[in-house]
Amino acid sequence: MLLTGNHAVAYGVRDAAAEVIAAYPITPQTQIVEKLAEFVEKGQMRARYVRVESEHSAMAACIAAEACGARSFTATSSQGLLYMSEVVFWAGLGRFPVTMAVVTRTLAPPWSIWNEHMDILSQRDAGWVIMMCENAQEAYDTAIQAFRIAEDERLLQPVMYGLDAFTISHTAEEVDLLEKGDVEGYLPPLDPKKLRVYMDPESPGTFGNLVGPDMMMEMRHSIKEAFERAREVIKGAVKGYERISGRRQAGLIEEYKCRDAEVVIVTMGASSGDAKDAIDALRERGVRAGLVRLRVIRPLPREEILEAVKGAKVVATVDRDYSFGYGGILGGELAGFVKNTMCRFVAGLGGRDLTPEDFQGIALKALDVAEKGEEREEFWWGLKR
Amino acid sequence: MTAMFSIKDLVEEEYTLPGNASCPGCAAALSLRIALKVLGPKTILVVPASCISVIQGYYPKTPCRVPVLNVAFASTAAVGSGMVAALDLKGKSDVKVLCWAGDGGTADIGLQALSGAAERNENMIYVCYDNEAYMNTGTQRSGSTPRTAATTTTVTGKPERKKSVPEIMVAHMVPYVATACAAFPLDFAGKLRRAASMPLRGLKYIHLLSPCPPGWRFPAEKTIEVGRLAVMTGFWILYEWVDGRYNLTGPSKGLLDKSKRRPLRDYLSIQGRFGHLTEKDIESLEEEVEEQWKDFARKMSMT
Repeated sequence: MLLTGNHAVAYGVRDAAAEVIAAYPITPQTQIVEKLAEFVEKGQMRARYVRVESEHSAMAACIAAEACGARSFTATSSQGLLYMSEVVFWAGLGRFPVTMAVVTRTLAPPWSIWNEHMDILSQRDAGWVIMMCENAQEAYDTAIQAFRIAEDERLLQPVMYGLDAFTISHTAEEVDLLEKGDVEGYLPPLDPKKLRVYMDPESPGTFGNLVGPDMMMEMRHSIKEAFERAREVIKGAVKGYERISGRRQAGLIEEYKCRDAEVVIVTMGASSGDAKDAIDALRERGVRAGLVRLRVIRPLPREEILEAVKGAKVVATVDRDYSFGYGGILGGELAGFVKNTMCRFVAGLGGRDLTPEDFQGIALKALDVAEKGEEREEFWWGLKR
Repeated sequence: MTAMFSIKDLVEEEYTLPGNASCPGCAAALSLRIALKVLGPKTILVVPASCISVIQGYYPKTPCRVPVLNVAFASTAAVGSGMVAALDLKGKSDVKVLCWAGDGGTADIGLQALSGAAERNENMIYVCYDNEAYMNTGTQRSGSTPRTAATTTTVTGKPERKKSVPEIMVAHMVPYVATACAAFPLDFAGKLRRAASMPLRGLKYIHLLSPCPPGWRFPAEKTIEVGRLAVMTGFWILYEWVDGRYNLTGPSKGLLDKSKRRPLRDYLSIQGRFGHLTEKDIESLEEEVEEQWKDFARKMSMT
């Protein structure tokens, strides 16, 4: 079926039998919530759709629906995600297995609707599993996998997944959909009894009242432990999905020609496809280049990354985001454990085009830096002077 | 008109247990106790940041015998909406959703979510217990603080008038809007019962005046007296708005005639928050009360 990334998410949420959708429109997420409204109104989904008045209310309603045993979903973008942020943390710290699509978009001011990753990465400490999709097919697949991951009893944490504004959200591609029966086996109905928080008048409990310093650390630690199990949960969900779809799936990371690579580029999201083209072109020119695409950002797949880059002379991270006074966010995170020489690139901010030629240039620059032993670690690629 | 609620209609069963962390003389805790007696065990309670979030005490203990979800300050009515959607989908029509928020969580930070839920006419009961300031954080002024009242952020008295959330709810045309006062528990209970038993789905809103000893600065044993005076002086009007009509209820029924009301200074003089008022201030508040009644009489005759 020919679908945009946004519609692919909506079909995924439909096929995953989400029960409560609460959403507020924002460009470029709108097609997701419009399509879902259509599915619900036309009776193609047995769900309730709460047309809330803000993103803050959207996530609040999703949390509440989960607390009453209903599988819930929302989608947002950019300003909407930041406005929602208080309740995003509420979902993560309260362990409500909501799922959310984030169409990644630049934060204002000044206004911009184009692609950047600062919105989704701003929520990286919220107790959510965070994933990034590479294309419309993966957006559909992730929409289904996200529920399985979130609702896994070993985890029970919310899952958000990003899709790049326009390059994925509005670009139509051929997408394979699953058969209804296959999804039902893969993703059984949500059993409220396994939820950490369930509002059951037959067995009343109070959730979220005051906790003193004597217990809070242990509560936080239990979330940390859940995230230690998250890697296995995600791998299991991916394997199971490969079985029902018959298609190979990226796990925590996707390695592309890393085995003998002297330079490894690290990316996430849509431009990874262009980066792969660059890797192919570089190899034709005799440069041994490879790519690591992070499909999962939280939990950060440290072991997988270390294994993938272990033979490389230099690792080049490409951030479509920036932490002022610190640096590109992924670059900074990898610098914490990668022992190879690193070159941290900031590129494609505010939707600036990132082409295969750019990625070739980035790889060659990184090799050059490694050979010369330059001190400078950060490059703003394509900055106009 | 709401059928009279008698003390015999209140079940003996308790759904908030003794041993909660409320201040002595707390009208909010008293009213919640009554509300749950009226609504019964098949009620889910939604509580945002407020005195009630403290009154529940420390985890893992709780005084509540119904399920309680503590939620973000601004999100009360949105949480209620999500619950209603899930319960409806699951066919659990016998479970009620009770949102219970303070005046800050209703008139100010939670107003957007409340307006959204009211416009969508979500099937829930929303009670604002109005102690007329941010009491949980130590008596800062809210949009619901009456003019002239001293708070810690209006130390010389609040210059602006109180915002009327019930009238905002009337403007949303929800099926039921009422005011109540913690000092008239049976009037409150009757309104809750009516809200809960209406066949019409939708948002039922009750705005409950909740006298607060530390915040209003009166002795803890005078909560009921202060609440009664709020009504008997005409400062706080008890009414319902239903089927497009306004009705006075309880003692307010007899107070359209100014001469039947207790002098306003009886209400003001027993509270420290009005202790700084001059004669002129009191007179202007008296005028304000009269103006409020005239406005109400006009609305009653129009409907």
